[in-house]
Amino acid sequence: MELLLEVEGLKKSFGGVAALRDGRFQLRAGTVHALCGGNGAGKSTFLKILMGIFGRDAGSIRRRGKEVEFASPADALASGIAIIEQELSPVPHMTVAENIYLGREPKARFGGIDFRAMNRSAQKLLDDLEFDIRATQYMMNLSVAQMQLVEIAKALSHNAEVIFMDEPTSAIGEREAQHLFAAIRRLQAQGRGIVYVSHRLSEIFQIADSYTVFRDGAYVGSGALADIDRPGLIRMIVGRELSEEFAKTNTPTSEPGIEVAALSCPNKIEDISFSVRKGEIFGIYGLMGAGRTEIFNCLFGLDRPSAGSIRVDGTEVSIAKPADAMAHGLALVTEDRKLTGLNLADSVRANICMASLPEMSPAFTMDRAREADASRGMREKFQIKAARDTMPVSGLSGGNQQKVVLGKWFLRNPKVLLLDEPTRGVDVGAKREIYRIISDFASSGGTVVMISSEIDEVLGMSDRIMVMRAGRSAGTFRREETDAQSLVHLST
Amino acid sequence: MPNRSSIYQPEQGQGVRSMAEESVMSAGGNKNAKGGKNANGGKNANGWLGSEQRRLLIQEYGIFLAFLILVAVLSVSNEFFLTAGNISNVLLQTSINGVLAIGMTFVILTRGIDLSVGSVVALAGIVSASFVTSSATAGISGAPYPVALGLGIGLLVGIACGAISGVIVSRFSVPAFVVTLGMLSAARGMTLIYGGGRPVPALTPAFRWIGTGNILGIPAPVVILAVVFAISWWILDRTRFGRYIYAVGGNPHAARTSGINITRTQFAVYVISGGLAGLAGMLLSARTGSALPQAGIAYELDAIAAVVIGGTSLSGGVGRVTGTLIGALIIGVMNNGLDLMGIQSYYQQVLKGALIVGAVMLDQKRNYGA
Repeated sequence: MELLLEVEGLKKSFGGVAALRDGRFQLRAGTVHALCGGNGAGKSTFLKILMGIFGRDAGSIRRRGKEVEFASPADALASGIAIIEQELSPVPHMTVAENIYLGREPKARFGGIDFRAMNRSAQKLLDDLEFDIRATQYMMNLSVAQMQLVEIAKALSHNAEVIFMDEPTSAIGEREAQHLFAAIRRLQAQGRGIVYVSHRLSEIFQIADSYTVFRDGAYVGSGALADIDRPGLIRMIVGRELSEEFAKTNTPTSEPGIEVAALSCPNKIEDISFSVRKGEIFGIYGLMGAGRTEIFNCLFGLDRPSAGSIRVDGTEVSIAKPADAMAHGLALVTEDRKLTGLNLADSVRANICMASLPEMSPAFTMDRAREADASRGMREKFQIKAARDTMPVSGLSGGNQQKVVLGKWFLRNPKVLLLDEPTRGVDVGAKREIYRIISDFASSGGTVVMISSEIDEVLGMSDRIMVMRAGRSAGTFRREETDAQSLVHLST
Repeated sequence: MPNRSSIYQPEQGQGVRSMAEESVMSAGGNKNAKGGKNANGGKNANGWLGSEQRRLLIQEYGIFLAFLILVAVLSVSNEFFLTAGNISNVLLQTSINGVLAIGMTFVILTRGIDLSVGSVVALAGIVSASFVTSSATAGISGAPYPVALGLGIGLLVGIACGAISGVIVSRFSVPAFVVTLGMLSAARGMTLIYGGGRPVPALTPAFRWIGTGNILGIPAPVVILAVVFAISWWILDRTRFGRYIYAVGGNPHAARTSGINITRTQFAVYVISGGLAGLAGMLLSARTGSALPQAGIAYELDAIAAVVIGGTSLSGGVGRVTGTLIGALIIGVMNNGLDLMGIQSYYQQVLKGALIVGAVMLDQKRNYGA
């Protein structure tokens, strides 16, 4: 059978350093193919070459048996390869239809745009995909998940036969993901080839039928997902045996760590109450926009709750700004490390020290030896891989960046750790290390509240789980008495 | 802080940066061999700088090299350039813009801008002058007062202007461009109101000393610039407040979540910029002997130019006051050199424009280039 896409021996180096040494890949029509690998495995370089953004140093790309050469993304599109990137690039002040047909609007007389034809065909496209979006809506009024769906519609409007999806579910919830999967199934049935890139193994096993694994810039293996199990795939991705995926060694004590009573914030959350004991990992599960992050914002003084009380160690506290929360021993690892966690322009060291500056400068002048010590300590403790700590934090992999954020907070010896999607965009190996850090913290008597939209993670790590739906709690459950189905059911 | 690293740190290069992304595998404990190789990858076997390191040397110290080249060319092409008198003259010419540009650096590091400094120069100059003039008509009653009072008043006027801008920017979240544009107009207006549109002449010799005096043969304004530079370098590089400035400019959201008081940090940088503009205003009036209401027009542009040429990013969080000082010196040396060569000042402006854009182009290439 003719292959939609066949790649062999793809090579690419940057400044003499190989990012991709041997990229190999085969895609058949009517299949969903998972491309797996840790951060730094060469996946993004591989995708960028196929998109026509990077040139290749060596290797061949064959499209339906014919050798192709892409000088630009337009070339790749013309040959029927569309890529839905992880980072969306919508034009917010334009309609959905305008976004879909950006740069190739149907022409009307006198060089104008035929808006009616454009809206009509955009709506047909969306309807065919069964996406519940109006083509005349403004992009800025859509949810992230809906924008993701528009990106997909846009990719399909090019009539692409090969569609790459790079972490398409990283910003959307479980329900939207199921919506997306339904769309992928329909595309598959039309005989297109879909390449699915994701760190989330449960999704890969759910949606894909074959896989290719890259590691350290080279092809490691491929095959049918029916012939491999989850530990086997993890072994290929990481290159060594991993013991159990979720390290969990903590046992909750009976002392309260943080107690929240009747917390409300207009239009965001309503009447949220929960109590987490020392040594406990408390999970919060829910869809995007269900009010999960908003709870943390209220607890950490980033937002003002209109009602409710917060008790830390049994004492009621008042928190008006992050510094108050920090003084009471709270630490917040935010959802998006690039947006709210790190100063990407600055060094690893400066980022690790960022939340402890007053402590490190008793007399206004920075104690530079202490900064260096603190940074060295955290790098060793969490095995942060950086050539040296004066390098910009932007040069680190996602997993290591996340460990820098954790290091920033652990430097303060927190009592309560608030984690918002702590393993988002982090590869399997680093995920395990982060689970280990969380578990160790709880074992030593720390209190952990963890928001996650990954079911496996919530079920694997938490002692109890609160489900959020539309700004309210839909119930709190012990891990033994719940399962993935009931969590998803409750959250929707 | 970025850009503070030595030349032996190749991570600053773009190629190397993408390599770091690609090669630092988080999973295993033994995956960082490439990172290690990278650490000494720049050195050749024979010990001389490799091409990679030469490139980094140029990136890191490019602005300083450009300055040295400029000085070398001028000293070869003009016999007067390297004379003690001319050097002193260049430094003197640079001192006022240098002081303003250093204040501007604080503001730009927090993603802000201060367009009002030129007008604040005039306002602080004329208000302080009215306290230290021996003219019977131009001063306030009882003038001349002691120099210290005049200096204090001038600084206070600058600080007050900065504080007003700072409050509006930091508390009310109005874009700094708009706020300081407003202050540019308002401070100029207040200057004209205060002095009735007339200059304040006949400043006392004691006051004039800060603009015309010498300390060990070095002009006083140059010494003042050096002190301002040293304190600013210390604040930005060595103190908690300096760390706050870089954090707020680099990522305000992350800074806020880390417990840093953004409002106070932003407010403080405008106060610093205003205070230094006040100081610059007094240096200017002291040097010329009278305070003019039209003093300092367009000075903000030279100050911003020096900051930008010195490599500070307008998007905040990246830059050093050392770069700003060299940026100010480049502008000063270039003006002086072109004067010596007898090139009309009209052409000088065109060249300065090209220099500003060129410097940022190089910077863009270094940060985002292919």
